[in-house]
Amino acid sequence: MTAVALAAVDVAGPPLRERLGRALSDTWNLTRRDMKIWTRNPAFLVFAIVQPVMFVLLFRYVFGGAIQVQVPGGYVNFLMPGIIAQSAAFASFGTAIALARQMQRGVIDRFRSMPMARSAVLLGRLVADSFRMLVTLLVILAVGYAVGFRFENGVLPGVLMMLLGLAFGVAVCTVSAYVGLAIRDEESVGSFGLIWLFPLTFVSAAFVPVSSMPGWLQAFANNQPVTIVIDEMRHLALGGALVEGAWQSAAWLAGVLLVFVPLAVRSYRRA
Amino acid sequence: MPDREPAGWDGPAILVEDLHKSFGEVQALRGIDFSVERGRVLGLLGPNGAGKTTAVKVLTTLLAPDRGRALVEGRDVVRSAAAVRELIGLAGQSAAIQEELTGRENLEIMARLYHLGRTEARRRAGELLALFDLADAADRPAKGYSGGMQRRLDLAASLVARPAVLFLDEPTSGLDPRSRIGMWAVIRELVAAGTTLLLTTQYLEEADELADEIVVIDHGRVIAAGTGEQLKGRIGGDVVEFVVVDPGRLAAAVDAVASLGDGEPTVEAGDGRVAIRVGSRGSESLVLTVRQLDAAGIRTEGLGIRRPSLDDVFLALTGHGAEADSAPAERRSRRRPRAEAGVTRRDGTR
Repeated sequence: MTAVALAAVDVAGPPLRERLGRALSDTWNLTRRDMKIWTRNPAFLVFAIVQPVMFVLLFRYVFGGAIQVQVPGGYVNFLMPGIIAQSAAFASFGTAIALARQMQRGVIDRFRSMPMARSAVLLGRLVADSFRMLVTLLVILAVGYAVGFRFENGVLPGVLMMLLGLAFGVAVCTVSAYVGLAIRDEESVGSFGLIWLFPLTFVSAAFVPVSSMPGWLQAFANNQPVTIVIDEMRHLALGGALVEGAWQSAAWLAGVLLVFVPLAVRSYRRA
Repeated sequence: MPDREPAGWDGPAILVEDLHKSFGEVQALRGIDFSVERGRVLGLLGPNGAGKTTAVKVLTTLLAPDRGRALVEGRDVVRSAAAVRELIGLAGQSAAIQEELTGRENLEIMARLYHLGRTEARRRAGELLALFDLADAADRPAKGYSGGMQRRLDLAASLVARPAVLFLDEPTSGLDPRSRIGMWAVIRELVAAGTTLLLTTQYLEEADELADEIVVIDHGRVIAAGTGEQLKGRIGGDVVEFVVVDPGRLAAAVDAVASLGDGEPTVEAGDGRVAIRVGSRGSESLVLTVRQLDAAGIRTEGLGIRRPSLDDVFLALTGHGAEADSAPAERRSRRRPRAEAGVTRRDGTR
């Protein structure tokens, strides 16, 4: 409609220092927002607290008696590191569902149209989910202690076990974030988006010794990251060789982050 | 109202030139041009799938165009995206609010994300809640709000930073008639305060009520532009419409009323519907129609005057109805641009 070509005004972005400051404050504001939403939603509370506790009690008292393990303190000591890792992984459901819902409802579009740090939505979500996961893990640990679990290897390794469980959960969260952003539909994410988590956590050393599985399944169970991380957590909690598992766990977690953080960021940008 | 007066630009607030955007094989925008002067309201009118949402997404930096350019207050939406985001507000097709949070919390967090200080954020939230008639519900979770209240809250959220240019994508879709009129009142107030506004709508009536200028788009192209009056002039104003009960008498009915309208009456043989364009002679023509049909002994149903709709605009401008398009294409494209190609192919509409 305009006959004369008008030259656009070029605007320089704010300096790096200001951008970093904004990224931090945006992330923190979104973290607080996500945590507030979490505390308001009873379904989230059930999911984050009641369900994991039920898992602990079920495996401790229903399945536990039938599972033979060779660890000091019996099955409850075998179970707890596994169930902590499994709960951390399942906590990532919340990440995927929340992001898919925000995508579906146009919340992400609005954020992307605002002068906000691009990284803040994903970072804020991950920080909030890490807090939430920490609460879940501490509750499970408390219930575990009530039903007989003990750290047999001292306090510091115990703390490290919890941190490894948390780091594992965060890594799984980045995968779930990608899934949620890529699928963009709350219901689909809820029904099949995270189905891969089941074989990954159950076909592992989380609940039963891998040696009790058929040979062909052992090959997978023994070499997949969930088992590697859980074995390391068990060694931290109950004693055992640490060095090799530590390297392997760190390599897997770093690998997952390296692949899925860029993927999640890309789907966020293309939303 | 806009307090960040953009510097260094005296062209139009929105300038769109030869904008193209495709998703796979589907060409959502096939070279559109328009501009909006500062403080004016542009209504982007078109059916689902016309490319309205795609245009809004490009203008709000959410999508990069394949070709052409779009400037908001002189800032290129691709090269200076960050600067554009400082100037705009966006309210999309669904209420992008967080239901678990109260209205006040929703607005305060938005204000903080726009980098307002804590006190200023609180003050601005209170101000907007009052302005949008949400003060009484301010401290209740938005989950309990009615559809109209949620949309008002959503609109308030887009205004937190006093944008110079506001984009509203179908601001009244899904609202009941009363909430729609309430929303119109709110939008009119905004515009009176000097905000440049681009809104999309499927309703000619809505565009006519709110917009200074209307751009009609179809299949990603601008097919008409002008004021509401100009467009209605091209369509021929009011329409007298009725359905002939006995399909055998349809031709007789058309003959009976043929002389009353501007041009030939439109006939939909399928359901026996006859429409006569009667300009501004609505009531007079209605009476005449009744007389003619009565004299010819033709029984009808649903006889009445209809104000021109988007369908009439399309009929007049393109010769096909607005609904003939694959309706869900655009909505689907919001979620999965790539799926659109498959969908459209199956429908065989393009």
